[in-house]
Amino acid sequence: MSVTGTMTQPDQRFEQASGRLGKLLPVKTLAPSIIGLVVFLLFWATAAGRIDTSLGQFPGPAMVWEQVQELAKEHRRSREKQAAFYKRQEKRNAAKLAKDPSAEVKIRAYTGQPTFLDQVFTSLYTVAGGFGLATLIAVPVGIICGLNRGLFLALNPIIQLFKPVSPLAWLPLVTMVVSATYVSEDPFFEKSFVNSAITVALCCLWPTLVNTIVGVVSVDKDLINVSRVMALPTSTHIRKILVPAAVPMMFTGLRLSLATGWMVLIAAEMLAQNPGLGKFVWDEFQNGSSQSLSRIMVAVLAIGLIGFALDKLMLLLQRRVSWDKNAVLR
Amino acid sequence: MATSYLELSQVGIEFDSRHGKFRALDDINLSLDRGEFVSLIGHSGCGKSTVLNIVAGLHEATEGGVILEGKEVNRPGPDRAVVFQNHSLLPWLTVYENVELAVNRVFKGLKSKSERRDWILHNLRRVNMEHALDKLPSEISGGMKQRVGIARCLSMEPKVLLMDEPFGALDALTRAQLQDSLMAIQAELGNTVIMITHDVDEAVLLSDRIIMMSNGPAATISKILPVNLDRPRDRLALAEDREFVRLRHAVLEFLYGNKSEPVTPAATALTDDAALDKRESITTEKKYRVTSGMRPLTAMA
Repeated sequence: MSVTGTMTQPDQRFEQASGRLGKLLPVKTLAPSIIGLVVFLLFWATAAGRIDTSLGQFPGPAMVWEQVQELAKEHRRSREKQAAFYKRQEKRNAAKLAKDPSAEVKIRAYTGQPTFLDQVFTSLYTVAGGFGLATLIAVPVGIICGLNRGLFLALNPIIQLFKPVSPLAWLPLVTMVVSATYVSEDPFFEKSFVNSAITVALCCLWPTLVNTIVGVVSVDKDLINVSRVMALPTSTHIRKILVPAAVPMMFTGLRLSLATGWMVLIAAEMLAQNPGLGKFVWDEFQNGSSQSLSRIMVAVLAIGLIGFALDKLMLLLQRRVSWDKNAVLR
Repeated sequence: MATSYLELSQVGIEFDSRHGKFRALDDINLSLDRGEFVSLIGHSGCGKSTVLNIVAGLHEATEGGVILEGKEVNRPGPDRAVVFQNHSLLPWLTVYENVELAVNRVFKGLKSKSERRDWILHNLRRVNMEHALDKLPSEISGGMKQRVGIARCLSMEPKVLLMDEPFGALDALTRAQLQDSLMAIQAELGNTVIMITHDVDEAVLLSDRIIMMSNGPAATISKILPVNLDRPRDRLALAEDREFVRLRHAVLEFLYGNKSEPVTPAATALTDDAALDKRESITTEKKYRVTSGMRPLTAMA
């Protein structure tokens, strides 16, 4: 027995070590993912080499990576230019004031072309606005509809009618209405932002609304009875019983909404020429240089990565908010 | 005018079902004294839960009514607290918060914040649950959950405590422990209790009277059995007690004895309560239910 004991020792040590490594890096689950990615890259690289377009060869991974660096460089250059512009302006103004303290100084904003990164942030900001607006409407309306069957029956046809409408159908209407009603000397929000955000909101209202209603309606009947027996006031009933019970369903809706919103936004920006990633794609397409396709591909990948990150962010938030820590969150 | 504490007079209820009106209960008359402990016993689907729900105000009687301390009852309220079979604690609140919700509802404005805190702790101590204040319901056992459910009801100082098969889902040992706790609490506080049970021993051990209900549809009270055993009662001593054995036999006789009486299709198939009674219907329903039409049970046996 002791012989076998000493013989298995190195094996055990190895197993322990690999076990520790396994805890650090989830090797077993990571390996297939990495293999999948590598296969995809190989397929992409070979397929891209065989596709010729009027704008040159379809970009492979290497060309796209080149453009990633190029776009980063452009961004840095633009920032340097901007800093230099403000420095010059400050100097000029200071000189003016030194000559004549009562002189009027004008401070002009830098008007350089937005870089890729600027467009990314514009898109994120816009989607946050639209999604926020939709959530602010959908969650309370969903709770009320879940509570009041009459109201639900009244709203249901409207929900069913507008749920499948594409954002692009809304866009012209939204644009016209916004330009007619949103008139202000010094607008707090850009008009283009308002257009895009409202279009996004109109499309990502529905999943949250429908799921919130379902969540509220399907609260365990026993818990409703507990609330009735205690004769809880409506506000307490909503805060302590309905909302916590409906949170998992609500988050399912919110995640669907955010994913829809992000997809819708890119299309809306493209069509309306509103600043953002969609506009970047369209501009590159119109530009038609030999790098255009690679740059569009960078945008495609960025859109995908951001969409993925947004979903993960919602998942983290759900973990924070939801009481049911054991629920499988995917 | 009767001067009883709680009075059900000529209570009947009809439900709308796919097959038209369905009469679940008919002419239920029952009066309880203050501090009395009463059990409702009967086959699944006979409408025991419906009686309890009418007293709780969760169901409205079609005819007749319930009078508690001279006032008619027609909506739910914390003066008639219900201990549900499956504990029904809010899973997102801790043990303390579950009781707090009830205490704040009833005593906000009447007790100060620290008084309310003491009261919550006092009630949890009563059921021996003060060690798990910050646990979530998912982190404690079934028996513990039911204890907290009882504490939540007691904390509201209800005039009547309604218990819908409170210990039905627990194992025998836990059930015995909780029965003893309940007896001790009731002896101390003098609560008026209506309890639904399927457990004959439990009914005899805990009750002052056992209300035996006939089978539905149009179920009603068919027999009331007074339990004149001295309190405090001890389950070990009673096991050999003649009177206990006689009472126990009387209940069994009622439940399983007279098979010649035709059994009509069980009520649960048609009423709202079908969903609530799902658990019992799996275990006991089959035995008493006649599947096709009005064929008597004897034909099946």
